[in-house]
Amino acid sequence: MARSEAAPAPTWRRHMRSIPWQSLTPLLGLVFLLIIGSLLHPAFLTPTNLLNVLTRSAFIGIIAVGGTFVIIAGGIDLSVGSMAAFLAGAMILVMNALARNDLEPLTIILLGVGMVLVAGLLAGAANGLAITRGRIEAFIVTLGTLGIFRSLVTYLADGGTISLDFAIRGVYRPVYFGSFLGIPYPVWVFAAVAIIGAIVLHRTRFGRYVRAIGSNQEVARYASVRVERIRTLTFVIQGVCVAIAVILYVPRLGSASGSTGILWELEAIAAVIIGGTALKGGSGHIWGTVVGAIMLSFIGNVLNLTTAISEYLNGAVQGLIIIGAVFLQRGRSGR
Amino acid sequence: MTRTEPDSLASRSGLAPVLVGRGLSMAFGPVEVLHAVDIDVVPGEVHAVLGENGAGKSTLLKLVGGYHTPTAGEIVLDGEPVHFRDSTAAEAAGIVMIHQELSLVPDLTVEENVFLGHERHRFGFVDYRSQQRSTRELLATLRTRVDVTRRVRQLSVSQAQMVEIAKAVSRDVRILCMDEPTDVLTGTETEVLFDLVRHLTDDGVAVLYVSHKLDEIKTIADRVTILRDGDKVGTFQVGDLTPTDMARRMVGRDLADMYPAKQPVPEGAEPVLELDDVTVPGHAEGVSFALRKGEVLGLAGLVGAGRTELFEGVIGLRPASGRVRKDGARVHWRHPEDAKHAGVAYLTEDRKGKGLLLRSGLRENLTLQALERFARPFTDIRKERAALHRAVEEFDVRVARLDVPAGALSGGNQQKLVLAKLMLTTPDVVILDEPTRGIDVGTKRQIYFYVAELIAKGTSVVLISSELPELLGLAHRIVVMQDGRVKGIVEGDDMNEETIMAYATGLRHDPPSVPARAEVRRGAV
Repeated sequence: MARSEAAPAPTWRRHMRSIPWQSLTPLLGLVFLLIIGSLLHPAFLTPTNLLNVLTRSAFIGIIAVGGTFVIIAGGIDLSVGSMAAFLAGAMILVMNALARNDLEPLTIILLGVGMVLVAGLLAGAANGLAITRGRIEAFIVTLGTLGIFRSLVTYLADGGTISLDFAIRGVYRPVYFGSFLGIPYPVWVFAAVAIIGAIVLHRTRFGRYVRAIGSNQEVARYASVRVERIRTLTFVIQGVCVAIAVILYVPRLGSASGSTGILWELEAIAAVIIGGTALKGGSGHIWGTVVGAIMLSFIGNVLNLTTAISEYLNGAVQGLIIIGAVFLQRGRSGR
Repeated sequence: MTRTEPDSLASRSGLAPVLVGRGLSMAFGPVEVLHAVDIDVVPGEVHAVLGENGAGKSTLLKLVGGYHTPTAGEIVLDGEPVHFRDSTAAEAAGIVMIHQELSLVPDLTVEENVFLGHERHRFGFVDYRSQQRSTRELLATLRTRVDVTRRVRQLSVSQAQMVEIAKAVSRDVRILCMDEPTDVLTGTETEVLFDLVRHLTDDGVAVLYVSHKLDEIKTIADRVTILRDGDKVGTFQVGDLTPTDMARRMVGRDLADMYPAKQPVPEGAEPVLELDDVTVPGHAEGVSFALRKGEVLGLAGLVGAGRTELFEGVIGLRPASGRVRKDGARVHWRHPEDAKHAGVAYLTEDRKGKGLLLRSGLRENLTLQALERFARPFTDIRKERAALHRAVEEFDVRVARLDVPAGALSGGNQQKLVLAKLMLTTPDVVILDEPTRGIDVGTKRQIYFYVAELIAKGTSVVLISSELPELLGLAHRIVVMQDGRVKGIVEGDDMNEETIMAYATGLRHDPPSVPARAEVRRGAV
């Protein structure tokens, strides 16, 4: 306090102006939500509640880390929600089939995890190759695969629900519900994915190329960057991230159906955009996406804890926050 | 030349200036780029603004055109001070600007672009027929044959420039501001443009004409205001100055030796890059020539001769067929990365669209092409910074701070940055495509001397250029292309403008018999 009094007002103001407010908006928004939440309900700021919210944000968060790569490179992936449902369904079916072969539940789970990672990688590669090799807009391709994956899972479930074998479910359950050092596994995985994602995006050639392609694909091409390969890889990363989210999701409910992961694609894109990544590509941060995913999760939580606004209005509040976040982040140069 | 004769000037000197700028200053943030410049323009006069890149020419024009508000000084129109809120307000007052960067909408047709924002209506609907008719008439006066219902995206750069000009003059124009309009035009198109300017000035239109081409100013302008580093050097009658005078005042020193002394290519120099019957579909056909070690090989031709596309094909940016040899070995580069590994670097002619990430920093731009040298496996930002410091030093990039985006640099400094980026890949063959387009005289000279340094070190250079003096000043031999084919390779005494233009326009060709296929192709176009 003493120092701010001593300094003349203009200097202080200049100091305030030098803070990159625009890139901090997601964080400020989160702090704002936490304050609102703690005012609304005494249980809000308890560790149990906070960890609960964090655990639930892991699915969208992990998918959104992949989405950050896709969007920064100038693409978009609308298929992630359907892809998650399809991968979950396929994973359960494979594990159930293996269960009939007298294998150890742990072996079965490891095989299932390996299978789903490969399947996610292939699904992402399919999106990516159709876009780069087929020269079709990412929006169109992933709109198509959104429908394909969704109907595949409904077909596999024969219109109903695919349920995981009970013996396996018991062994697999702790992956979602268990914790290490008091912090649930999904939060650890989310943190690991985010940290690896941030390192890859900000500290590797690949990450630099992703940003270069997003700001001007032609410049990257003329600078001898393998544009198609890099763009395809962003979709592969997205697919693997979806697979990781599915690995955490399956033990939670132990089932998958045609309505699994509905609208996850929009939540994931929203998390990326709230986090300050430009929808037209070129720039963005993983940490922003993480904050964005956590924020979305808190909105639902705050609405659940309060009676002031119906929880049925969750989507409306999320929508307002997305629009507000982008409004605040819009560069002054944008005019 | 009759335009600059005293009597025609005398008749105009009686007229009051239609527009006066008094003490115009402009600052972007803390940086003032224009310091208290006075300028006035009289109806019927062409008033040129001359200066190096970054001298403040374009800024001055944008103040007049309402794109920026001056931080100090005032603009007086017909004796009344005016404050334009934006360019639309300036346009309403009859001040129309033709931009350096095209401001056409690529996916609208020619006619829609010309009338964009000024559509004619009939019964509440856009009157396309009337708009099309007027656009056709307008383009006819510009002797530009373009289908007005085509989309601008499908036009060549020079055609688009003519449409841009047509759009400007379709407005009720009293003061026409032109910012380096001939940069993308061919010689003939430039002539047509000058005719148009003469028509306009005869009708009493005042023209502010920004250029860095001295011969153009000599041809078209009545008076010239010279700027240097944001200061006004002075306003002169063009007839009183020789081009050398203008250049000296513009850069503040003598430019007697624009080109470095030409060193001969060593006897028996090995060919480093050989093209044998290379075809790039739709652009170049059956091209053969060889670049020797330590040589500057010029590539002359009119816009559309296929020179850029030929080399884009060679380095793997476009599909191409034929045989290419590097250091005697057959190569087939499918991707620019292959060419990079083989030591071949290509400088694009489109600096802003393909050369630089305008919104990214200088460091990211500099290292993009050779990033593997800075990432093992994680990017070493400290090493990148050191490289940037070295590049700024070596290439004399003039910039106050190193943390600005590349788009903030002036054209000349941007080009130096692109060149530095290319050289980080340590190539031994460098293909420079229009390396001095849109660049001021001083920077041009620096680039010429840099080319001389390169070949002294044993690097070989292909120089694609539309400026003949540049080719004649630097190249050891010149390949002349027309319509996708090599028409001749000139050297020694044949290296003069007349011979090259004869080849470039198809009046002459070696070998004398052109295959029938080419005739058919040209007939079809």
